Amino acid sequence: MILLRLFYEFFKAGLFAVGGGMATLPFLYDISTRTGWYTHEKLADMIAVSESTPGPIGVNMATYVGFETAGIPGAVVATLGLVTPSIMIIILIARALKAFRENPYVEAGFYGLRPCSVGLIAAACFLVVKIALFRTDAYAASGRLIDLFNFKAIALAAVLLVCTRCVKKLKGLHPIVFILASAVVGVVFCF
Amino acid sequence: MKQLWKLFLAFARVGVMTFGGGYAMIPILEREIVDRHGWATEEELMDYYAVGQCTPGVIAVNTATFIGYKVAGTVGGVVATLGMIFPSLVIITLIAGILTNFADVPAVKSAFAGIRVCVCVLIFNAVLKLWKKAVVDKITLVLFLGVFLLSVFFDISPIVFVVFCAAAGIVLTRMGVKGK
Repeated sequence: MILLRLFYEFFKAGLFAVGGGMATLPFLYDISTRTGWYTHEKLADMIAVSESTPGPIGVNMATYVGFETAGIPGAVVATLGLVTPSIMIIILIARALKAFRENPYVEAGFYGLRPCSVGLIAAACFLVVKIALFRTDAYAASGRLIDLFNFKAIALAAVLLVCTRCVKKLKGLHPIVFILASAVVGVVFCF
Repeated sequence: MKQLWKLFLAFARVGVMTFGGGYAMIPILEREIVDRHGWATEEELMDYYAVGQCTPGVIAVNTATFIGYKVAGTVGGVVATLGMIFPSLVIITLIAGILTNFADVPAVKSAFAGIRVCVCVLIFNAVLKLWKKAVVDKITLVLFLGVFLLSVFFDISPIVFVVFCAAAGIVLTRMGVKGK
C-alpha cells in the first residue's frame, strides 16, 4: 500500500516539477510535511548525499527518499514514479518537437512558470536554513533570543558563501568539495 | 534487442559519469550520443536539452527519453531512461543502507550538521543562478515573491502554484502586459 502511495506522490512530483532536479525539492518537502515518512532534517542530509554522488540529483533524491520510506522496493518505485510522467510527456512531444518549441502558449506559460519554480526552490532553501542555521527548539524552550542563532553554523555559511561566490579559484569547484569540507568542519568543531 | 541493450548501457554510462546533472551532463552526452554512437547530431542534442528543460521532470531523464525514442521508438525511450536511472538506484541504495547503520554515531551527526550548512549555501546559489533567467521584469518579480512568501507561511501544495503561474503567464502574455 505504501508503495502505491510512494508511486503516486513521486508521479505528481515528476509531473509538476518544472525546471530540473532542484525543482523536485519543494515537492519532497511537501511530501514530508503531509506524510511524515521522513523529517525535514533528514531531507537536508539526503540532498547532500544526492549532490555528492553520480547521477541526476532529482533521480538520486527520489531513490533516497523511497529507500528511507520503504527499503529497496521503495527506492525503485519512487524513482519509477518520478520518471513515468517524463517518459509519457516526452514521447508525446517528440512526435511534434518543432511545433512544441514554437508554440506561443508554451512560451507564455513558461514566462509564468520560471519565477514560480525559483520561488518554490527559494522557499525550500528557507526551510533548510531554518534547520541548519537556527535553533528554533532551543529558543522556544528558553525564550532567549541568543539561543535562536546557531553561531558556528552561521559562521560556516558565511565562509562558504564567500568561497562559492567570490573567490575565483574556488568558485568553479564541484559541490562535493564544499560538502566534504563542511563535513570535516562539522566533526572538528562539534556541530 | 542489441540496439536496446546499447541504449541502456550508453545511458547508464552517462548516469555514472554525471555529478549533479544539469549542464555538467552536456559534454558527457555529446561524447556518448554524438561521437560514439551517432544517434543524434550535436544540434539535435541541444534541441532535446532545451525542450527537456522546459518540460516537467528531471532534465537528464527527459533528454534520455528523447534520444531513446529517436533511436528505437517508445520502447527505446523507456530503455534509455531506465539506463539513466539504474546507476542512481544502485549507488544511492548502497549509500543509504550504509548511512542508516551509522546515523547515530556522534561524529556522523556532527558531519551532517556541517553538511546541512553547505546544502543551504548550495541551494541558495542555485536560486541566484535560476533567478537571472526567471525574474526578468516586474510581473515575474511579483510572481516570484508571491510564490515564495505564500509557500513559506502557508501549507500549500506546489502543484497549486505551478498551475496558477502557468495560467498567469499565458493570460498576462495574451493581455500584452508581459515585459513591464
